[in-house]
Amino acid sequence: MKILYGMQQPDEGTITVDGSQVTFHNPADAIARGIGMVHQHFMLADNLTVLENVVLGAEKLYGIGAKARAKIQEISDAYGLNVRPDVLVEQLGVADRQRVEILKVLYRGARTLILDEPTAVLVPQEVDALFDNLRELKAEGLTVIFISHKLGEVLSVADEITVIRRGTTVGTADPKTTTTKQLAELMVGSELPTPETEESTVTDVPLLQVEGLHLTQTDLDGVERVILDDIDFTIHKGEVLGIAGVEGNGQSELVEAIMGIRTPDAGVITLDGAEISQLPTRRRRESGVGYIPEDRHRHGLLLEAPLWENRILGHVTERPNSRGGLLDLKAARADTERIVEAYDVRTPGIEVTAASLSGGNQQKLIVGREMSHEPKLLIAAHPTRGVDVGAQAAIWDHIREARREGLAVLLISADLDELIGLSDTLRVMYRGRLVADADPATITPEELGSAMTGAASGHLEHPEQTEDDDR
Amino acid sequence: MNKLTQRIDKERLLLGIAAPLLALVAALVVTALVILATGKNPGAAFSEMGSYGVASDSQVYILNKATTYYLAGVAVAIGFRMNLFNIGVDGQYRLAAFIAAVLGGALTAPGWIAIPLIILCAMATGALWAAIAGFLKVTRGVSEVISTIMLNAIATSIIAYLLQPGKLAELDAAGTTVLTHPLPKSSYFFSIDTGPAGVLWGFLFVAVIVGIAYWFVLGRTRFGFDLRTVGQSETAAAASGVGVKKMVATSMLISGAVAGLIGMPTLLNDSHTFSNDFPTGIGFTGIAIALLGRNHPIGIALGALLWGFLERTTNHLEFEGYDKEILGVIQGVIVLCVVIAYEVVRRYGLKRQQQRVGAELAAQAAATTKKQEVA
Repeated sequence: MKILYGMQQPDEGTITVDGSQVTFHNPADAIARGIGMVHQHFMLADNLTVLENVVLGAEKLYGIGAKARAKIQEISDAYGLNVRPDVLVEQLGVADRQRVEILKVLYRGARTLILDEPTAVLVPQEVDALFDNLRELKAEGLTVIFISHKLGEVLSVADEITVIRRGTTVGTADPKTTTTKQLAELMVGSELPTPETEESTVTDVPLLQVEGLHLTQTDLDGVERVILDDIDFTIHKGEVLGIAGVEGNGQSELVEAIMGIRTPDAGVITLDGAEISQLPTRRRRESGVGYIPEDRHRHGLLLEAPLWENRILGHVTERPNSRGGLLDLKAARADTERIVEAYDVRTPGIEVTAASLSGGNQQKLIVGREMSHEPKLLIAAHPTRGVDVGAQAAIWDHIREARREGLAVLLISADLDELIGLSDTLRVMYRGRLVADADPATITPEELGSAMTGAASGHLEHPEQTEDDDR
Repeated sequence: MNKLTQRIDKERLLLGIAAPLLALVAALVVTALVILATGKNPGAAFSEMGSYGVASDSQVYILNKATTYYLAGVAVAIGFRMNLFNIGVDGQYRLAAFIAAVLGGALTAPGWIAIPLIILCAMATGALWAAIAGFLKVTRGVSEVISTIMLNAIATSIIAYLLQPGKLAELDAAGTTVLTHPLPKSSYFFSIDTGPAGVLWGFLFVAVIVGIAYWFVLGRTRFGFDLRTVGQSETAAAASGVGVKKMVATSMLISGAVAGLIGMPTLLNDSHTFSNDFPTGIGFTGIAIALLGRNHPIGIALGALLWGFLERTTNHLEFEGYDKEILGVIQGVIVLCVVIAYEVVRRYGLKRQQQRVGAELAAQAAATTKKQEVA
């Protein structure tokens, strides 16, 4: 993918576009050949308008004035993108931003679009809208490369499927005749794991209680925004509480408030009977909170440090990493070896830097580290984001294992199947509030998805009930 | 598997040495070209430098110089490890040396009380001066680069104001230089007389102790680990429970305290007073040396020795008819080459390691499938 877009050079092999062989030295070459990429993480400037974002870096094409606006309108109408050129990007939702990204690429004259995990941040309804857009593009004769690990989506939108595993093509499939299961087996090379939990292990001993959590933030313009509003919930021992929600609705802030990285304006957090609201992050970790952060590169790892130093990270005050004020390098190294072994971290050794591991193995190391200090509460924010299917299954197993051992688990995820499969209780977060709850045994992803957009609230069940009971 | 980790380690070591070596070679080439351009023979100049630099009196001179430079390098490196650019080391050590000299001149206590007091006073002054920048950064988000540059200028002015006859200084007997009241003999730091080669400053041992402490605190203590964590990733540090702001303030204090020591070898072993010709600009030399030594305690020592060597030998070249500006050229080129070489080698190393890890895993996977096939 990076090679197709000119960000990396291949060692060997050829790329052929429209019958002629090409080499790309940088993304500009790729763009010149009509290849455009929509990244998983949007590359937009929040404080500029849609128009400005689109022309940025492509001022030579149609200028920055009326001509550019006309062109944007034309593309938007032609493919049904519904883009408003004069709105500030920061006012747009995720789905709108994605359409701006697609428009940006089309504006530069792309005939081949690469979409990298475009649905990861969308709710099901938005996914359908995106697919309609893609079909429009297809109808206009454009080529779309759709990269996703969500098999159902691939099957519904693609005309031809290529499966890549560990860097090689393992097969192609025809979506009309292939089932999800066959495709999945092609992907993992074996039986597919599912995120199903076994019988309930929920006890009635509350472990984490959050009451009246409230957080406001003043943005650059001096406007006060409510990030978290009256958050109340309880997680019992042996319970997995799943929080669903479109990203940016306060989930990250909720986790950071519980971890003590952010200071809420009001609210009480109680861990195993002891109030921890005023404790600093380190004391909270010491008192038994395991934390799998949503962005492992920014919050979970020191990328240029060796694995054993990463094993110390976050637990520097605890054994075996240190004794008194001194580090115990020997014990820390030995324990890193143990984690690598026990959690199947694929690495040639513990002296390599964290950056040289794949995402899945980095995540397994983090899970192993957090589980090694007898946590009472495990906070897992998007624990399987961007990891391969094998690591995903392993991480699910570890979360289930944690639940069996009587941990309380707070699970935040954008993967609705994961949420429904692992959770004992589901809550939906929308604009900083927990607006709905649901029983994972009966709820469908579609129903959950509509609650995530704020369309439904209260207790979600097939026969709609509106009482908001706290189970 | 063990073999492989060893190999990677060895390779890392090799890469670590490669960068400064590369930089030195590049600097030699550039310097040779510059000497050629002035119409002189670079070969003769280099051999002259070599033979003069190893003479015993040169060795003592270089060690004495390196003592000062080493302390400067460590002071800067503490900031670097933390991702702080303490440009203010220069102002911190000059102000510290001045205040310590004033205190030392006024003290009449016996040496075993006076010397520690002078040193502590210097460290406290340096730390306080650095604390201003640390405080501004933590509370108001002022970049330490900007504030320490300003503080350097302010330190210069304060010293200029106070270093006047009638304020905190006096005229010397000849009536030509303004200086602080000289330290009493009892407050001189011990030194080793090596005969005709000169006098070796005893402060060398303090520098060695500082180096060992630097290595130990950073590499072996929880505090050092926290400090390095913040330096590598502030976000990861915050998530792991390190109070980032507190850490920034603390490391600025420590950097300033070590900076306070920089002037001490000169004050206690050599000049015994602070005058207008007290060495200046050593804080900036410290930046170059910390870069050259990769913030590593031994690397900084080598860098400090190299700097001393260059100064000694280029001084000598001047008498041999070469231009004395050669020194600046060599030093500048070395620092420039070092920065570039480190980045090049670092990127190469990271890429190479990723490839190795990939290759190793592929080999492992292949081995297991083969085994399965056999079975």
